[in-house]
Amino acid sequence: MELGLNETQQMLKNSAREFLVTECPDTYVRAMENDESGYATEIWDKIADQGWIGLMFPETYGGFGLSFLDLTILLEEMGRVMFPGPFFSTVIGGGLTLLIAGNEQQKQNFIPKLCEGQLIISLAVNESNSYWNQESIKTVSKKSGDKYIINGSKSFVDNAHISDYIIIAAKTSDSNNDISLFIAPSKSEGIKQTLHKTIGSDKKSEISISNLELDEDSLIGELNQGWTYIKKIQEFGAVGKCAEMSGGSQEVLDMTVEYAKQRIQFGRPIGSFQAIQHHCANMAIDVEGIKYLTHQASWKISEGLDSKREIAIAKAWSSDAYQRICALGQVCHGAIGYTKEHNMQMYTRRAKSAELAYGDSQYHLQNIENIIGF
Amino acid sequence: MDFKFSKEDELFRQEVADFVEKELPWDWRKEKIDSEDPKDRPKVTEFKKKLAKKGWLTMAWPKEYGGQAAPHIQQLIFNEEMAYRGIPAIDAGISQVGPIIMLFGTDEQKKYFLPKISNAEIDWTQGYSEPDAGSDLAGLQTRAIEDGDDFLVTGSKIWNGAHSGASWMFMLVRTDPDAPKHRGISFLVSEMNSEGITVEKIPMMWDHSRALITLENVRVPKKNLIGELNRGWYVGAALLDFERSGISYASSASKLIKELVKYCKQTHRNGKLLSEDPIIRNELATMAVEIETAKMMAYSVAWMQSKSDIPNKEASISKAFGSEMVVRLVNIGMKILGSHGELEPDSKIAPLRGVIEQLYMSSPASATAAGSSEIQRNIIATRGLGLPRG
Ligand SMILES: Cc1cc2nc3c(=O)[nH]c(=O)nc-3n(C[C@H](O)[C@H](O)[C@H](O)COP(=O)(O)OP(=O)(O)OC[C@H]3O[C@@H](n4cnc5c(N)ncnc54)[C@H](O)[C@@H]3O)c2cc1C
Repeated sequence: MELGLNETQQMLKNSAREFLVTECPDTYVRAMENDESGYATEIWDKIADQGWIGLMFPETYGGFGLSFLDLTILLEEMGRVMFPGPFFSTVIGGGLTLLIAGNEQQKQNFIPKLCEGQLIISLAVNESNSYWNQESIKTVSKKSGDKYIINGSKSFVDNAHISDYIIIAAKTSDSNNDISLFIAPSKSEGIKQTLHKTIGSDKKSEISISNLELDEDSLIGELNQGWTYIKKIQEFGAVGKCAEMSGGSQEVLDMTVEYAKQRIQFGRPIGSFQAIQHHCANMAIDVEGIKYLTHQASWKISEGLDSKREIAIAKAWSSDAYQRICALGQVCHGAIGYTKEHNMQMYTRRAKSAELAYGDSQYHLQNIENIIGF
Repeated sequence: MDFKFSKEDELFRQEVADFVEKELPWDWRKEKIDSEDPKDRPKVTEFKKKLAKKGWLTMAWPKEYGGQAAPHIQQLIFNEEMAYRGIPAIDAGISQVGPIIMLFGTDEQKKYFLPKISNAEIDWTQGYSEPDAGSDLAGLQTRAIEDGDDFLVTGSKIWNGAHSGASWMFMLVRTDPDAPKHRGISFLVSEMNSEGITVEKIPMMWDHSRALITLENVRVPKKNLIGELNRGWYVGAALLDFERSGISYASSASKLIKELVKYCKQTHRNGKLLSEDPIIRNELATMAVEIETAKMMAYSVAWMQSKSDIPNKEASISKAFGSEMVVRLVNIGMKILGSHGELEPDSKIAPLRGVIEQLYMSSPASATAAGSSEIQRNIIATRGLGLPRG
């Protein structure tokens, strides 16, 4: 057994940390909360240049050919600094979907450009009830001649407002089981977007699709097999979110311990009070849980092992644990932690978004119910 | 033992409810009001004036100062009904400054301030906390130096109400830096438009601001000293007799749980009504138990006060449990709303007008404000249970 990082991973972690500390300070994160696009293209270009976007895509498609576990290490560092922008949604929702489901032509067309930072692609699965199941998909695609005509709506689509393409999940027969994926230029006639204001200050859009006309070659993967792909992507997405939460939770713990050492009340550091010590200790327990469950799930995926159980457990635990960590972090900071100027509250708000992304704890607990034999 | 309210009390409760229905200048069922938001403020003041006319604004005050000397249980009922509807009726002037002036003020101070407070003419901001004095309030360092007929006050106060409507501040300041820390503090009131006062808004995590108030050689006339010099800590602490049950936690939560149950009965997820989900039902049922528990804790404080007993650990128990109970309810509420819980109030499809999303951020802060949960537990353990101090 070896639960530590290998040399490549340690190097990746160090260089990511070094880069993000200088390029993604809290001032940048804060500025992007209210920025229309939500990210700075200079930084996007830089991370493309150092190969981050293509990190886990095969070299044949312009990537670096590293593993999902390696990406997990990078995502941890990104979560730690709340790295804003479309990295996650483009790599997992866009690139990975194409890698898993796309045909050779589509992979050639999209993935190299995506790795170079020239394409932003969003994945649009969830609809008004935001639930990750087939029955919730009501958007319909009908074949008419050699075109697909798509009608429906999508909710909470990450970074769609700045995307070049949107991958849309739609029903391709009357049966709920028959779902297919289509890739459409975001600016297509027939696609309308409204940007939501959210607790995590991330950029999510409501999309309405009316008579969107697509060529036959915009079908991704096999007809009616869309849900199989979505399930896979959801697994990667869930673990990727855990990685962000893992990094974020470590930062919240460090920041809180540091504050507890510095903040003096009653003539002593508040960290000398057992009440505060126990809060910090409880945070440390949760942080440890998130880290190892996430690494385990990610390692299993990367090894190609059956990982359903570990994924569900990691996301169920991390979703709630991260919120507990943030809640205690807030408590230890007192009033100052609730100010817009303070980083603490930025993590707390994102913890809520992270819980909801790719299935909340309730959703994953239901998977675990099945796995333990119910 | 008798757990029910008297007939008279029940009638009073009904009268309050009817009055609100008729006189409240906004729809409490639909609108959430923030008394410190300039756009909501005029409505709140308008309603306070109506309460003043009705005599309810100062119902807790003694008759000689224009109050009704209302029994604690009626104050409890009044506060319960207001909190249920989210009405910020009682301000710091009514609940803190007025009573302090009655107890410690000079005749001149009483004559000047009490009518203005009871007619809702002055708005106060509370200047207790400082950047370096939060839980350790007695560690405050804002300095007041005697200078002829005035004090010259220099320092900073923080987390005060940030609204521009506040015309006066009541504050604790250090007048004797050499005395033991509780014995060198005085209680002053100052006009906010005095030279040397600057107010900076501190935007909070939710749609709300608090203030950082900086004082630089602010002249405060000595006639604005309330109570004796260097006895300010005890002046501030003398408010024990005002209703402080913490009923607002249980009361606002009982409104919220109703809204959540209604939402669950109207909202489908995964092909089923949320209200058919056994986990959600169970969690909300658990919260109903907690709300009742918090209510009984608050009632017990008001009941003790009504007998002129002085609650100590009971008030801390009610505050710690009540404020944390609201946080738990809101967390469950957020889970129930699912992805839609992320949406801010101005979003058209935000469920329950975004109230839960805002509370998700503000309710934990309420557990910090006015004595954090840790401090409350310290009080319960030491003053209440007699455990040695750590
Ligand atoms: C929304 C809001 C509104 C407010 N309104 C006002 C206002 O109008 N006027 C005003 O004067 N103040 C106001 N306050 C300030 C409030 O009274 C303080 O925030 C509170 O007393 C805590 O102080 P602090 O924030 O400095 O935290 P600190 O005192 O620095 O505490 C930090 C952490 O240490 C813990 N801690 C401190 N001492 C101990 C101890 N001895 N044992 C165990 N744990 C300890 C605390 O519980 C907390 O978890 C408001 C605060 C908030 C959040």
